[in-house]
Amino acid sequence: MAKKHVVAAVAEIPPGGRKLVDAGGRAVVVFNLGGEFFALSNRCPHRGGDLCKGYLTGLIQSDEPGHYEFTRRGEIIRCAWHNWEFDIRTGKSYCDPETLQARRFGVSVEKGAKLIEGPYVAETFKVSVEDDYVVVEA
Amino acid sequence: MNMEVRAKERAQSSKLSIIDCDFHPRFSQERMKPFLSNQWWSYLQTYGGRQRHGMGKSYCYPKIAPQASRRDSWPPRGGVPGSDLDFCREQHLDFYGIDYGILTPLGQSTGNGDQNVELSIALASAANEVQLADWNAKEPRLKPSIVVPYEDGVASAAEVRKRAKNPEFKQVFLLSRMAEAAGRKRYWPIYEAAVEAGLPVGIHAFGYGGWPLTSSGYPSFYIEEMSEHGTGAQSMVTSMIIEGIFERWPELKIVLIECGFGWLPALGWRLDKHWKRLKDEVPHLKKAPSEYIREHFWVTTQPMEETDTPEHLLEVMSWIGFDRIMFSSDYPHWDFDDPFTCLPPTLTDAQRRMIYGENARKLYRL
Repeated sequence: MAKKHVVAAVAEIPPGGRKLVDAGGRAVVVFNLGGEFFALSNRCPHRGGDLCKGYLTGLIQSDEPGHYEFTRRGEIIRCAWHNWEFDIRTGKSYCDPETLQARRFGVSVEKGAKLIEGPYVAETFKVSVEDDYVVVEA
Repeated sequence: MNMEVRAKERAQSSKLSIIDCDFHPRFSQERMKPFLSNQWWSYLQTYGGRQRHGMGKSYCYPKIAPQASRRDSWPPRGGVPGSDLDFCREQHLDFYGIDYGILTPLGQSTGNGDQNVELSIALASAANEVQLADWNAKEPRLKPSIVVPYEDGVASAAEVRKRAKNPEFKQVFLLSRMAEAAGRKRYWPIYEAAVEAGLPVGIHAFGYGGWPLTSSGYPSFYIEEMSEHGTGAQSMVTSMIIEGIFERWPELKIVLIECGFGWLPALGWRLDKHWKRLKDEVPHLKKAPSEYIREHFWVTTQPMEETDTPEHLLEVMSWIGFDRIMFSSDYPHWDFDDPFTCLPPTLTDAQRRMIYGENARKLYRL
């Protein structure tokens, strides 16, 4: 069963930010999209580049030639290597949606006071009662 | 982080001997200064280079990523991707345990195809000195290619003869888009000098010969430029075969770098078909065009065509010959191939060993 890992204080990952964390030995990138947190495996499922070093972008869509729309600004991560794009909310691949998906992890925000009671894993982390923390299930 | 997730793979793959046949060092004009005369340095500062295309300070087709490079390849200590040897070691050579890398310098600083031929001659020579001084001398795993001012065949041959005395130079280096097709007579002195020196000629995709990328003009998109490397290389290979350079220099060996190779068997089939009827037009050819392909051409892996059915790619590879395919990464460019994962998993161990290292070791005498 997935364990819960305290990986960062909320203040460390501001809206639009991201952080590479270690969740029980797994390299996971936590993204903050306007206050909502999402977590994806750092390893790009296409060829293994680091998603955390990628470029944050949006979705370019076109109903017809000559008409373009740029939507979902900041919600798509483009891998540092081959520029394959993944939806941060779902992990779905833009380039090959049928076969590829970036692995997602459950993520939540918990109060420091609650974390101190357990059963969370926070070996590498000092948790204080007053702050909020990002918790990844991995 | 890459290091961490890949530790297991690295341990497993460390047995493989890897030779990277397409490693792009970047050097600034500033680095070439010690190897240029005052006259040429001053000329560069005053007038700059002049490429055979309309966008002297940029690319005809802007790339998908800055400097067409991996976003994680910008050296932490500054500079552009491929310019910091220590970081190249850390991220690529040491990380993957690469035995040798063949240097394939691109960019305006090499003077490739510059309209001012005398400047092109000076820059080619300086590019060769920089490869020796800044790369090969500090990192003997990296082997230089002889950059030549290829629009001047005679001057290029002189540069080849001068450099070939140093066994660190492993090939003569051309680009695929020159002012004329690669088989034309103006380039013959280059092939003659390469054969005399016992060196293969590596031809890398790109170059700006001043012509549109396609036979129907300038396409609209970058994706069309990327695909053009395959079609452009077909014209180039055809020209080399049909002009008869392999009859003139039966020892000549050509390496197609970053041109893909999925198209190569089909080109052979088509040429053979036409040659059966049209051989009286080109009586200097003594055998079917596909035979010249198989005897004289080597290919590098990146960018490999991806087929829906894996067997299709293997059939193409077996037509070309597993002894003719050599691994290349294209580091630090964005379409880089990771040596641990890029080859089809169904290859036999023997085929993998040949592609990763044995073929290049033999061809480049490493």
